[in-house]
Amino acid sequence: MVTGGVTKFAKAHPAMDFRLMVKRAYDYAVKGIPNLTKDRIDGTRISYFSDHFSRQLKAASMVQDYLGLNPKGSVRIEWGGATGGECFQAAYEAVASGRMDVCLAAGYETMSRVATWKGNEFIALASDTNFDFPLGGFYTGYYALMVVRHIYEYLRLTRFAHVQDEREAQRLAIQEGSRIMSMVSVKNHRNALHNPYAQYPKRLTVQDVLNSEMISYPLTREQICTMSDGAAVAFLCSESVAREFTDRPVLVKGVGCGTDTMRLADRPFGKVPLMPNESARDYAHLPYPGVHSFRAGRAAGLEAYRMAGITDPNRELDFIELHDAYASSEIQTYEDLGLCRYGEGYGFVERGDPFLRGIDYGFPTPHAGAIPVNPSGGLIACGHPVGATGLMQGVFAFWQLQGTVPQHFGDPALQLKDPKRGAIHSHAGTGSSVTVSILERGFR
Amino acid sequence: MKARPPTLTKFRDVQAELARSGAALFRDPDGVESLVVRYPYAIEYIHSYAEDSPFFLGLAEGRLRGSRCTKSGCGCVYATPRSHCMECGSPTEWVDLPKAGKLHSWTTCHFGSEAFLKETPYNLALVEFDGVNSLLLVRLKDARESDLYVGMPVEARFDPNPKYAVTDIWFVPK
Repeated sequence: MVTGGVTKFAKAHPAMDFRLMVKRAYDYAVKGIPNLTKDRIDGTRISYFSDHFSRQLKAASMVQDYLGLNPKGSVRIEWGGATGGECFQAAYEAVASGRMDVCLAAGYETMSRVATWKGNEFIALASDTNFDFPLGGFYTGYYALMVVRHIYEYLRLTRFAHVQDEREAQRLAIQEGSRIMSMVSVKNHRNALHNPYAQYPKRLTVQDVLNSEMISYPLTREQICTMSDGAAVAFLCSESVAREFTDRPVLVKGVGCGTDTMRLADRPFGKVPLMPNESARDYAHLPYPGVHSFRAGRAAGLEAYRMAGITDPNRELDFIELHDAYASSEIQTYEDLGLCRYGEGYGFVERGDPFLRGIDYGFPTPHAGAIPVNPSGGLIACGHPVGATGLMQGVFAFWQLQGTVPQHFGDPALQLKDPKRGAIHSHAGTGSSVTVSILERGFR
Repeated sequence: MKARPPTLTKFRDVQAELARSGAALFRDPDGVESLVVRYPYAIEYIHSYAEDSPFFLGLAEGRLRGSRCTKSGCGCVYATPRSHCMECGSPTEWVDLPKAGKLHSWTTCHFGSEAFLKETPYNLALVEFDGVNSLLLVRLKDARESDLYVGMPVEARFDPNPKYAVTDIWFVPK
């Protein structure tokens, strides 16, 4: 990867349609790279999630034409919430296969074109329309089902094992889980105070998050990402030409993708696919994935780690930008990606491992800096214009590895000290498809 | 000549104006004005339940039917039907499921998609059945948020006026 650009994510950008948004992100990316001219681009991969939001089929062709890139090759990428992550990998594959030397990955979504609850309906149409949608098709409801079970497996049966009354034990476990999920929301909103691209930077407290409106029990409004308008682009190049455009390229060292059943109800109860540093004994009695964990995330992580030669992700990654559509799914994803063992996600937050050093969160974070997760503020605070989101993560990760966050954000607070390797993680509907890509600094 | 639509600076007000008159000018903080218009869209689908049809016909007769793999040695039983086995790919046969099970997980939705907003709050539940390998997603009625817990016994109810939809069945606490 040699450069990238992002528009500010916002509730609505009525003054820009999707073509202009992508153009703005594109112009930002090529600014200051005089020899990255249009004729150097061999082709494009363009992503957006839903045709419903703009009621314009083949909208990617309109992006291609607005950028003046005809008659170069192009294809539209769509894979639910993981659309942006898939687009990044599609561009990677176009280059890695030798088909292109320079591929533009561009993504966007204009979700403000319908009312919020209609937008939720469009998103819920990405669940089985025979069996799931008619019951009240609502993604927050599906993730709430998953986290209630996650809390049952990993808090009720551990920290509250001593409580005899079943309802009381589960109630206490959910309270505990909600408190810890709120710490994740505080982290991401406060990180975003230093990110000018973020939609909702906020100085929240755990209590603020808990007190915000209940959307689907136990998930509250501040634990959930919002819909957004936004665009992002990334330029991927072969190693042979990358240095013509920058002396600070970032290498894509591994890509992984995993899938799972569309319906939550069909998830099997089998065995955990193990990370190299895990043992079957760790999970002797854990039915997996059930509805508590994302098998697709584990599969994507395993593939990407194997390709990048990573055997202990917690020690070998310096940061992760992951798909926190819900504070709950951020915690579930720590476990899927092997940052900690299954069941340790809540303790991982309480110890402070995914927090940044040097930022005040309003509570102690003794292990802060161990492996910062969503230093940019993630989806919860940056917003989630679906087709752009996975590419936004790619751009933020790219700037981290280049060490150029202070210059792009106008604020040095989120720049990690000398990061060598990071991961980006993009996730679709209840974990039905997930991508993980490993990025590494490509210069001394 | 038609008068220019009203200029508004809040997107929320633009939405209200569209509902009222069908057009508005949105002025952003940089002073850029965009014409925003109402753009309705409606469609009726000719939807076939295809191989899942017996499930929906069953609900209308007060039967809850799942699928069982016909391959000996596999025999996976699915609470949400599928005409081929996910594990081995063999055809499945229809089986009657128990009409009672336990909550595997649950939630209460206080908001929902536009189509379901008027029904809030409602409970969603994943139900597990003895001897069945997968779950069934249903509405859970006659129960408040504070009553619900993982493991709670629940039983099926069928709509006496079936609409041939998955909502023809729901569960209640047993």
